Amino acid sequence: MTVASLPQKSAWKAYSDWANDHRKWLFAAPAMAFVAILIIFPLAWTLYLSLTDASGSVRAESEFIGFANYAEVLTDTERFWPAVARTFIFTGAALLVQMVLGMCIALLLWRPFKGEKWVRVAILLPLVATPVAVGMMWRLIFDPNIGFANQALAWFGIPAQPWLSGQDTALATVIFIDIWQWTPMVVIILLAGLTSLSEEPDEAARIDGANAWQRFKFITVPLMMPTIIVAILLRSIDALKTFDLLYATKGRGGGSFHEVETLNVYAYGLSFDYNDYGLSSTVLIIFFLIIIGCMWVLTRRRKDVQK
Amino acid sequence: MSSVVTPKMLRPGAETAARPPQQPRRKKPFKSRAYKVFRVVALIVIVVSFLAPLAWMLLASLKTNVDIYDASKTLIFEPTTANYETVLGRNNYLSFVFNSFWVAFASTALSLIIGVPAAYSMSRFAMRRSALVVLMARIIPGVSLLVPWYYVFSNMSMVGGYSVLILSHMFVALPLIVYILMSYYDSMPLELEEAARVDGLTHIGAFLKVTLPLSMAGIATASILAFIFSWNNFMFALVLSGADTKTLPVAIFNFVAYASIDWGGLMAASVVVTIPIMVIALFTQKYIVSGLTAGATKG
Repeated sequence: MTVASLPQKSAWKAYSDWANDHRKWLFAAPAMAFVAILIIFPLAWTLYLSLTDASGSVRAESEFIGFANYAEVLTDTERFWPAVARTFIFTGAALLVQMVLGMCIALLLWRPFKGEKWVRVAILLPLVATPVAVGMMWRLIFDPNIGFANQALAWFGIPAQPWLSGQDTALATVIFIDIWQWTPMVVIILLAGLTSLSEEPDEAARIDGANAWQRFKFITVPLMMPTIIVAILLRSIDALKTFDLLYATKGRGGGSFHEVETLNVYAYGLSFDYNDYGLSSTVLIIFFLIIIGCMWVLTRRRKDVQK
Repeated sequence: MSSVVTPKMLRPGAETAARPPQQPRRKKPFKSRAYKVFRVVALIVIVVSFLAPLAWMLLASLKTNVDIYDASKTLIFEPTTANYETVLGRNNYLSFVFNSFWVAFASTALSLIIGVPAAYSMSRFAMRRSALVVLMARIIPGVSLLVPWYYVFSNMSMVGGYSVLILSHMFVALPLIVYILMSYYDSMPLELEEAARVDGLTHIGAFLKVTLPLSMAGIATASILAFIFSWNNFMFALVLSGADTKTLPVAIFNFVAYASIDWGGLMAASVVVTIPIMVIALFTQKYIVSGLTAGATKG
């Protein structure tokens, strides 16, 4: 029996040895290949389309027009630059409030207390809620005629606001909704950071007579810096690319006056509402470079902090 | 309580004897009564502001459209399930529930199959650059992929089918799984695997028989989050799904795309999409929190 099964066994063993020796790439390659295939080709194609006048149908004839699209986009002060501005206003404002509010809530939840569990559940729910449903929910609450928001304002004698339907208030309102939904994410990340802090530096500062604010500013924040930057990094990736909420509340083009049209919404509209693939690809390439730039700055900052 | 003298009650005096009086040793910082009141009020405000909008959605879903328009019936009204009957009755809404579930389930399962070994290898061999390739999927704007995908997949007449939806949602699930499990494997000691090697298992055998069973908590964390993010995803399905394969977020969106808004129905539809995910979240809270904070605290 041993003799009969020997060659077979050694063949299996040869496979097994080979697999074990190459397990590093054997394990990693499928996932990497999956992502690479689904990214590299589309990116290359987007890059190519950005240099052509492709429009109408992706199958239609298109001409190579060099950097004309880039010239057109970069001089477009009607749609492109306002969209860039809105992207940064949306991301910046939402991120700033989320970080400040998130830090305050995390500090409140830091020390154990009765009923902690319930507060944590309340914080988790907005985070997991489907963004499109959240958008619809706030559409009702902010409806100028029947919404609860204006009812509540009326109790305090404040005149009704147009909220999402106002040309000047729409962007602020979607920023508010984003803050409602994503502050919990910041709280959860910062809370994990706070819990993992060692008590000693704080204790030492207290003995030296530092007050709560001083200890927060000079002990907690510097020690938390790596975690804070991770929170900013994760939130800004998502905030820059926000689409669901904006599309669900204001629809195509970010509303009839493009009130909430960010780069992502603009590019989506160019692709799927206007079928202007050349221009859309140009916007996307610029958008992508902006995101990469932001990530690069933040990860650099993270490395500096870790040193 | 008054009759029991605890060591705690004795401590202030005992401490003054042992240490200089101006530096009393306290485990917890001194909290004034005002601070305690402030804290309770703040916590209540936080809970209410996060929950009230959700409660509002739930209440509206139980109202007739007439009641929704009536400000006097904000809280007191006659609840009705009519909205749910309309929503679930028409438009094959239940089939959209199935679509969402099936796409999220399949994309999570398939991502696990290729994601778990990848995360393991990337963690053990410190393949940070390779990991970046996978994490690119998280950074890149989805719109830039959709046009080429749409073109290629429609040429293969796959647009509108489940397979293309599952593929695109894997794109959401895979980077999450790899990211969460990498940090899980980073913090998992090597000793057990080495012990298994000494016992005669191959590297792959040790991974399958020792590491994999030990990482079930991490895999659960990653799967739950991947499922939630896939369930909530809107943009890929908006472009790539067909009339029969629409997922719930797209179905809700279509609710308002045409005709005037049926608020009661819209809220019922929104409740139907959020309830399953919230129930999952309630039962798996610990996993979700550990998944969201993966890699955030160790720097």
